[in-house]
Amino acid sequence: MKRLGMLALTGILGLGLAIPCYAEKIVLAGSTTVLPIAQKTAEVFMDENPSADISVRGGGSSVGIAALIDGTCDIADASRPIKDTEIQKAAANGRDPVAHIIAMDGIAVVVNKSNSISKLSKKQARDIFTGKIYDWSQLGGNPGKIVVVSRDTSSGTFEAFGELVMKGEKVMPGALMQASNQAVAQIIAQTPQAIGYVGLGFMSGDLKPVEIDGVIPSKETVLSGEYPVTRPLFMYSNGKPQGITKEYLDFVKSKKGQELVETQGYVGLK
Amino acid sequence: MRIKEKVYKWVFTVLAFASLFFLVGIVIVLFKEGTPIFKEVGFFKFIFGRKWYPTHDPADFGILPLILGSLWVTVGASLVCIPLGVGSALYLHEIAGFKQRQFLKPVIELLASIPSVVYGFFGLVVVTPFLQKAFNLPTGMTALNASLILGFMATPTVCSIAEDALSYVPRSFREASFAVGADRWQTLTQVVIPAAGSGISTGIILGMSRAIGETMTVLMVAGGAAVIPGSFLEPVRPMTSAIAAEMGEAPMGGSHYHALFAIALILFIITFVFNIIAEIVSRGFRVKLGLSG
Repeated sequence: MKRLGMLALTGILGLGLAIPCYAEKIVLAGSTTVLPIAQKTAEVFMDENPSADISVRGGGSSVGIAALIDGTCDIADASRPIKDTEIQKAAANGRDPVAHIIAMDGIAVVVNKSNSISKLSKKQARDIFTGKIYDWSQLGGNPGKIVVVSRDTSSGTFEAFGELVMKGEKVMPGALMQASNQAVAQIIAQTPQAIGYVGLGFMSGDLKPVEIDGVIPSKETVLSGEYPVTRPLFMYSNGKPQGITKEYLDFVKSKKGQELVETQGYVGLK
Repeated sequence: MRIKEKVYKWVFTVLAFASLFFLVGIVIVLFKEGTPIFKEVGFFKFIFGRKWYPTHDPADFGILPLILGSLWVTVGASLVCIPLGVGSALYLHEIAGFKQRQFLKPVIELLASIPSVVYGFFGLVVVTPFLQKAFNLPTGMTALNASLILGFMATPTVCSIAEDALSYVPRSFREASFAVGADRWQTLTQVVIPAAGSGISTGIILGMSRAIGETMTVLMVAGGAAVIPGSFLEPVRPMTSAIAAEMGEAPMGGSHYHALFAIALILFIITFVFNIIAEIVSRGFRVKLGLSG
């Protein structure tokens, strides 16, 4: 009897182990900015293709690309283009990252809701973040020290902001460097004198977007190219995508996939 | 039976050496991945550099603001956790009745089991706006905020070890003191506390090393500005939060990556020294009371 029980147990365990083997498994890793898109599209894709098994991880753009180079993921999510050093590393490892643009993102400059400032030029925004402008009264607002909130120097969002707004200048050392879009949003919402920037997907009623060069950040202005602080979001595959990887990437780029991108607060490609 | 015993012996030997194995592994990785940055920018320039712009071109790898950030919040946390921890240990041991102690000690120890992210969240949504209003600051995310939260987090460690130390003081010491006519206060300050002194110091040092190594909380409440702090009311960026925030995005094998490992190495050395001091002090304490040879 005991032996029979053991046999049954082994059988059940064996089955449990065997089932996932039939599924086609791919792993996504990388940018936390792309993460909501990856999660949502993977969920819907798996509903439609029950044999597919997609697991999605965050970690950051560099983590994703490093994983792709090491062969521990199939698709790397990135909120910045791959770097030359990374391409060289991949080549040395016999890997060949191929870029797929899967969405657009606007980076909205935001202030606290109580702030009377609603417009800035790109130059003014740059001067605030470098510390040249340090008091709201210099911009015609209520007097008070400007609290500059930035993303960490290595985040994809920081890099895009640096390229588009800072033009190679350094963010002032006294800026509050935060590890996530949510953290920036939280601080701006509870600090009357703060200014910061978040991806469009993280805009909410608690934040007040600022017009940059006369353009308010929105899906429309990002798509039309009027809003000056926009960037593409990427997924990188190893070589030309094949099999389930190709099917998934095609799905993300399809009309339906792009609708999902929009539901997550990002800007679709069409 | 013999074989069984041998198997057990080996299993436990392997388990005991596993932690040594991990420690050695971690130290090797820290040195291997951290030292390249010293060659690149120079050891002293790295430690005493005042600018931290790891991704700028050209990059600045100066971690003095980060080291000072860590030290400031640790000193600040000590100012909170020493009076609180030692004070509550004295109360528990000297004044509280049996029932009160039965209730209070688990409650204080429960503070230690709250996850640090919960402390951080509390600091972010409650303490930050409070400090902002109370001191009329542009932002409440400051060294003071981090110090307060870390201080509360380290209190149970200090209290628990200090209370244990007090309870190890042999009854005879106390009775002898009373016998020569000392009152309760004299007995406490001149006999009991000196006897338990090294145990209490051990608790304080372990509490401080908990504060300097804490990551999530400081990441959430310290503000994260890599500047040399001028006062407790300014934001700081302790070493741990720099590592946690930047490691995920630092390209593997690059200078930034090595710099973060080097920060970890220096942090490891600091906590290592803390632990050695705690060990020496507590050994002195055991020897003094004749608890070990």
